[in-house]
Amino acid sequence: MTQLILEQALNGLQFGLMLFLLAAGLTLVFGIMDMINLAHGSLYMVGAYLAAEVTQASGSFITGVGVAMLGTGVLAVVLEVVLLRRLYARNHLAQVLATFALILIANECVRIVWGAQTLMLNAPDALSGPVRIGGFLYPSYRLLIIGVGALIAGLLYVLVARTRIGMWVRAGASNREMTEALGINVRLLFTAVFAFGAALCALAGAMLGPLLAVQVGMGESILILAFVVIVIGGIGSIRGALVGSLLVGLVDTLGRAMLPAMLRALFSPEVASSLGPALASVLIYVLMAAILFWRPEGLFPARA
Amino acid sequence: MRLAKLVLALAAASCLGSSVNAADKVKVGFLSTLSGPGAGLGVDIRDGFNLAIKHQGGKLGGLPAEVIIADDQQKPEVAQQITEKFLKKDKVDFMTGIVFSNIMLAAGQPIFDSKTFFISANAGPSQYAGDQCNPYFFNVAWQNDNLHEAVGKYVNDKGFKNVVLVAPNYPGGKDAMVGFKRFYKGKVGEEVYTKLGQLDYAAELTQIRSLKPDAVFFFLPGGMGINFVKQFVAAGLSADTQLFAPGFSADEDVIKAVGAPMLGMFNSSHWAHDMQNAENKRFVADFQKEFGRLPSLYASQGYDAALLIDAAVRDVKGRLDDKDAVRKALEAKRFKSVRGEFKFNTNHYPVQDYYLRVIGRDDQGRITNKTMGTVFSNHADAYVAQCKMK
Repeated sequence: MTQLILEQALNGLQFGLMLFLLAAGLTLVFGIMDMINLAHGSLYMVGAYLAAEVTQASGSFITGVGVAMLGTGVLAVVLEVVLLRRLYARNHLAQVLATFALILIANECVRIVWGAQTLMLNAPDALSGPVRIGGFLYPSYRLLIIGVGALIAGLLYVLVARTRIGMWVRAGASNREMTEALGINVRLLFTAVFAFGAALCALAGAMLGPLLAVQVGMGESILILAFVVIVIGGIGSIRGALVGSLLVGLVDTLGRAMLPAMLRALFSPEVASSLGPALASVLIYVLMAAILFWRPEGLFPARA
Repeated sequence: MRLAKLVLALAAASCLGSSVNAADKVKVGFLSTLSGPGAGLGVDIRDGFNLAIKHQGGKLGGLPAEVIIADDQQKPEVAQQITEKFLKKDKVDFMTGIVFSNIMLAAGQPIFDSKTFFISANAGPSQYAGDQCNPYFFNVAWQNDNLHEAVGKYVNDKGFKNVVLVAPNYPGGKDAMVGFKRFYKGKVGEEVYTKLGQLDYAAELTQIRSLKPDAVFFFLPGGMGINFVKQFVAAGLSADTQLFAPGFSADEDVIKAVGAPMLGMFNSSHWAHDMQNAENKRFVADFQKEFGRLPSLYASQGYDAALLIDAAVRDVKGRLDDKDAVRKALEAKRFKSVRGEFKFNTNHYPVQDYYLRVIGRDDQGRITNKTMGTVFSNHADAYVAQCKMK
């Protein structure tokens, strides 16, 4: 039983850390620039496609991931300079409208370039089997994802909490006007933060490609989860994004695994088997509602 | 005044005339899942369907065929919109192509209400086989339960005692579990329902590991199954747990994506590419020539759907407005199926043989299915008694 819970916790951790890569960029953009970017999921999709393409062409997974991060980062800079910059001063509705249009454009472009068919990728051969940790087997590729996710989380923490750039970012998140008044080039900072967030998106897309599937529209479903994460964690807070991601990852995984069994103890098998999956899929929204009820600003609000 | 009457009479006569005249072409609305993880199924059905029309010289029943193809994106609401367009704007004579049962159930009623025949090349929900059976619905493939029943029987006969079942939480998935359990009498360790379209099975695989079953039966069509098998192997579960699946999760689309881990997997089907009848040999050879890959069972179903329409249109000599005659012609099924013999039951679902296949290497070294033997002969579905066809 402990082994079961431990293994499920690892699954939840893996899912949560990937969510964090998406949520980190989203929360910074939302927090600092006060900009709702629905096209964040599209950057994730573009990253996944780039990684798939380059990995297949070069035969090297690492090259694929690197090129995807770089390429998506460059694309993000172009997007920010050409379009998004004009939206910062506008209200949220205009931002939602414009970035929703970007989703549609991105999906159509990807469909034109790569086709409507889903790409099913394989993990690198060296990582396709399980490894033994403690008393049980665990897929090595998922362990790699946990490792990469934890590494990025650590790096981000150091970057945001210990460096000068991080200080600007935090200052920008808590009071934009004052930061500008102090002579920080917020414009450049915004572009850099946006590109950085996009590169993290691409990393998530590239890592999850072999585990899920690379397809048109893959960004939308995960974007909703990323928004749940940053609302739970508190908008603009990296720490909040990390805690929120792990909470969502664990609750979703454990809920899916444990809830049907728990319901069976209470209800008839028919009721349990139809109620279980339905309830498990709304569990994270229940979590979000509960947290918002007690802490309307999220767990770690950046703007206190 | 007299002139007006004459014009009226002429108009009436011409109206009357058009209803007895034969149609000058056959319009088919082909609505299927052509994007997303389920796209492999829809693409194969489409390619099989088109190949059959090509074999008939671009015609159905001797009339020029017009096939309008649309993608339902595996979304019921999209399917309903396209159906509406097919029925009201395009005024199609037949509809076909729907892959998933939840979409079939969402789109079915308007089609039947408009008295348009739906020839299902895949989705075979239990609802339409039983008390909701309909004179305008034909399934040329199977009832959803059937392939799972065949696996259930085989797993039972082989003496497996503790099996975990995995299927998506939608009508087709529920039919799968019911079908398997109808013939498997051992212990069911757990019935795991996943989300339809789910791609990450970490939580479910961990659960399976903790239950220590001696076999796992999974029904996860398309990309879902591809990921499930890959992750099953990556988690190290394949060492001491045998995988069983209906042909849906063990046909060319999955084999192509997963490769060697599929070797040795037993599965069930009503058709196989190594069947030796003349129609099938021609179908398999030409499909490979046309598309550069082996056909899957979905492709065979699409091919048969087109042939069924072809035979019925020829039977009624193009008089598609005579719905009763068209129905009788469809029921008579005057074509040779690539699967060999089958006939329609009173609920318009097939009565046919089901086979056991195993995945291995053929003489060209390709990983593919090989037919092992017959599991059921002349097998009918379990719901036909509840069907009162009106």
